[in-house]
Amino acid sequence: MKIYVNGIETLIENNALDAVLAQLGYQDVTIATAINGDFVPLSQRKNCRMQDSDKLEILAPMQGG
Amino acid sequence: MLELYGETFNNRLLLGSAQYPSPAILTQAIKASESQIVTVSLRRESGGELAGQAFWKIIQQLNLKVLPNTAGCYTVKEAVTTAHMAREVFNTDWIKLEVIGEEDTLQPNVFELVEAAKILVDDGFKVFPYTTDDLIVAEKLLQAGCEVLMPWGAPIGSGRGLNNPYALKTMRAHFPDTPLIVDAGIGLPSHAAQAMEMGFDAVLLNTAVAGAGDPIAMARAFSLAIEAGILAFDADPIDARDMATPSTPVMGKAFLS
Repeated sequence: MKIYVNGIETLIENNALDAVLAQLGYQDVTIATAINGDFVPLSQRKNCRMQDSDKLEILAPMQGG
Repeated sequence: MLELYGETFNNRLLLGSAQYPSPAILTQAIKASESQIVTVSLRRESGGELAGQAFWKIIQQLNLKVLPNTAGCYTVKEAVTTAHMAREVFNTDWIKLEVIGEEDTLQPNVFELVEAAKILVDDGFKVFPYTTDDLIVAEKLLQAGCEVLMPWGAPIGSGRGLNNPYALKTMRAHFPDTPLIVDAGIGLPSHAAQAMEMGFDAVLLNTAVAGAGDPIAMARAFSLAIEAGILAFDADPIDARDMATPSTPVMGKAFLS
């Protein structure tokens, strides 16, 4: 299935959000996620299923003013 | 003592963490500033580099209060979603709420700002709204549940200082009991001192330190200027006059002509 991860077209093997994050190398890191503009809390990642062409945003701490 | 949402701080400089030449200089500048509150943001993480993780480790080691922002958000939905993501990542209910109106000045869209503030306060956030010096907007933000206001000094990153001292003085006089933080546009320590001399509670800045030739020295300079400014305000400055008055006593002056 094809989704967009931080704007980049990506093929995923499993449609569970936590599995997608694991596939992409985001295990045990400090991130927050949103799908199609809606926040998906950490507690809901396991049960969250992604659909074809979904837009997944993975955000991490960054410098800011 | 600075009090924000029930927490107290000795230092009145809120410092941004962006644009420093290196992580080491960022760390040293924060230490030199003696700031106890540092602003941070959220951005896309790339799977390979995980640069955000390294940055977060640096900030955590400093053991400071973090104030995440919603920089770059142009709509209520963007800002609210970003705030929720920040709360989870940084484990704080503090949020510096920015809802930008247009690109040239990065002026806040105050209509969207008030709406977003209402939603976030209802969601349990402690909102630090980046706003203009408009009194009516400020009133609406307080009614929305904000307990701190952060009017701009000048457009973000401009370094122009306090563009409208009259409006800022009016704001200070109109909201004597609300913590007011001048946010954005500060370029020199003298600008920060001016804000403190006017009775503002704190100053938030980033570019003026990070973009200086020596960010560490400039961080220290700002810290000293802010301390001088608050001391001056507490010391009750004299009023300016149009005409000269001699400071040396006239009585007893010799007649030598």
